[in-house]
Amino acid sequence: MSTESATLKAYAAHPRTPEYAPLRFGTLTPALEQAPEDGTYYLNMGPQHPSMHGVLRLLLRLDGEKVVECEPVIGYSHRAHEKMAERGIFAQFLPNPSRMDYLGGMIYNVGYCQAVERAFSIEVPERAVVLRTLCCELNRISSHLLWFGTFLLDLGAFTPFLLAFQDREKILDILDSASGSRLTYCYANFGGLALDVPEDFAERTRQYIKEQRAAFHTYHELVTGNVIFRQRCEGVGIITQDTILSYGMTGPNARASGIAYDVRKAEPYGFYPEVEFDVPTRDEGDCLARYFVRFEEMEQSLRIVEQCLDRLPEGPVGPKKPLVRVKPKPGEYYHCVESPRGQFGMFIVADKDPEPWRIKARTPSFSNLSAMAEMLEGTMVADTIAILGSIDIVMPEIDR
Amino acid sequence: MTALLDTLEGTLGGWGTTLLVGFVALAGLITVNAMFMVWFERKVAGWVQGRLGPMEHGPQGTLQTLLDVVKLLGKESIIPAQVDRKVFLLAPVVAFLPALAMLSLLPYDNNLTMTDVESGLLLVFAFGGVSLMGIFMGAWSSNNKFALLGGMRAVSQNIAYELPLLLSAMAVVLCAGSLNLGEIVAAQTGENGLWFIVMQPVALGIYLIAATAETNRAPFDIPEAESELVAGFHTEYTGMGFAVFFLAEYTYMFIVCGIGATLFLGGGDGPLLPGPVWFILKVYFLLFLMVMARWTYPRLRFDQLMNLAWKFLIPLSLINLLATAAVLKFVEVGS
Repeated sequence: MSTESATLKAYAAHPRTPEYAPLRFGTLTPALEQAPEDGTYYLNMGPQHPSMHGVLRLLLRLDGEKVVECEPVIGYSHRAHEKMAERGIFAQFLPNPSRMDYLGGMIYNVGYCQAVERAFSIEVPERAVVLRTLCCELNRISSHLLWFGTFLLDLGAFTPFLLAFQDREKILDILDSASGSRLTYCYANFGGLALDVPEDFAERTRQYIKEQRAAFHTYHELVTGNVIFRQRCEGVGIITQDTILSYGMTGPNARASGIAYDVRKAEPYGFYPEVEFDVPTRDEGDCLARYFVRFEEMEQSLRIVEQCLDRLPEGPVGPKKPLVRVKPKPGEYYHCVESPRGQFGMFIVADKDPEPWRIKARTPSFSNLSAMAEMLEGTMVADTIAILGSIDIVMPEIDR
Repeated sequence: MTALLDTLEGTLGGWGTTLLVGFVALAGLITVNAMFMVWFERKVAGWVQGRLGPMEHGPQGTLQTLLDVVKLLGKESIIPAQVDRKVFLLAPVVAFLPALAMLSLLPYDNNLTMTDVESGLLLVFAFGGVSLMGIFMGAWSSNNKFALLGGMRAVSQNIAYELPLLLSAMAVVLCAGSLNLGEIVAAQTGENGLWFIVMQPVALGIYLIAATAETNRAPFDIPEAESELVAGFHTEYTGMGFAVFFLAEYTYMFIVCGIGATLFLGGGDGPLLPGPVWFILKVYFLLFLMVMARWTYPRLRFDQLMNLAWKFLIPLSLINLLATAAVLKFVEVGS
């Protein structure tokens, strides 16, 4: 038995934490009306707050600057994506997944296509498989770069934010040249890709890889060795393996706590079985570990992109006529991919109709955010922001 | 010009003329400094971050700040319902007014001081304490939790950092043998005068760190920490109320750097160029360092900031002060 499936079993076997789950969500709100008698007070952070990453609302009970209790309140950008899926045919849901997680749009788009293709046995040409993997990894880098920028912005450093955005811009341009959109992609469709990449795609990507490796050096010079940055991150917001398993946290957050679970390795899909890459892990589980894990992941992603470019086969990128109406086989299907934030899964229930009977998205940030309440207790207000930033949540993906 | 001054002297007397001319000049200095500093800061930020900074209005965007001021003037001043009105309106003024007094004490050249006070250095720091009152008044009267947190942070931070600031300045005072800012400059110029940066490099370092913290500038901008406290103590201020706080911040930056230039860099001392020009150049050099720090470092956490002051800067400045005193005594005994 491989180590990956042992990790999966550990997730499944771990008992949930009932003392936390029913206590949170909704318990603090009525207490906001009256002031507590023990000298603590409530602070309502968000949904309009500069560092709540969109529309998260955190209710904090503070003792001076110390957080006594915390409750994340979600749902401010709920758009009923799952319901939308039921109202049209499978192809009509294609633009939606990339709008759930606007930072990992390509991965969500590809993930949904792969789920449908796997469920209904649709063939994908080899070139499309490689290109999808390539674009997904570029997308992962762009997401991690944005995380790097906003995390440092949360810590009060403005310059890394702009540096990261300048480099991210190059990825967006490359993906734009291929797919025609910059953020919410609808590049993959059933059976392949909508379009082939332009001629100079490989050349531009190689140029970008070179520049990005140099840029990583700049980031490390500017940020990684900085004393203030180290002090803000080291030993702050430690997530134990127990917490990770009980809340089902995945992705870089889990790997920073020493759980080497990566869907790309555990349940390989696409071109990943063919390429060489490592799954970086750390054991500390603090903000700094999450920072390092994400940086190493970006370097691994660059490696994957290079290998994909080297082994990009010629041929068609999809069926001659776009496959609009898939023929569903009744049944229940689940397919998951590794998004920049963890395991993104698509659960599809199909009957004979061309519309899906039900689509349920398993989004990683929801699980990751659930652990916040437990992690924040006893920290300072400034740490709250640092921990929230280090977890890398995307609100529309939580609310869907 | 001379005729105008003569007329003034005839009607107001010598002292009155000094006061009038001085305040007009200082008002000009404050405005021009704030205008220039905001532009300068944006340009340096752009340079650090690989972009251009303001470019649209005027050559190299020099008129950008002027237009920003016009925009702020045109904005509605919203006074929220829950605030303590009188204190809320008074707070920006209290925060800003001491700046005028402090500027009038600075020696812009050997003899160019508006009010030459024997214990000028002490007075400057004392006025600095008053401005803190304004910040806390604004925070408290806002009746807003973010503002209150910012105000509490501002008070404890300023009290903690006033000590290393004063202690590092005291080391210079020991060397110069006077609290008079003019005499401190005089001790650094002349025949065998030496800028105190040579004798007191440690004190200069402590002074710069403490001064950055005193003016609530990044990486010590904890009272306004926008990623945590929205805007800290001035969360509820709009339009001109905010603009006055903003103006105060930039004026205090000029003042602390002015004192820094006076204490460590010989004030208006320098070859070829006239004294005031040297003084301004030195001040803007120090300001450049402050701006660079802001665009390079992340923000400290509150407890780390306190640890830095109480566990590191204050002991270090005390040691520096004692060492300076000991050396001076030995030199005195030896000669």
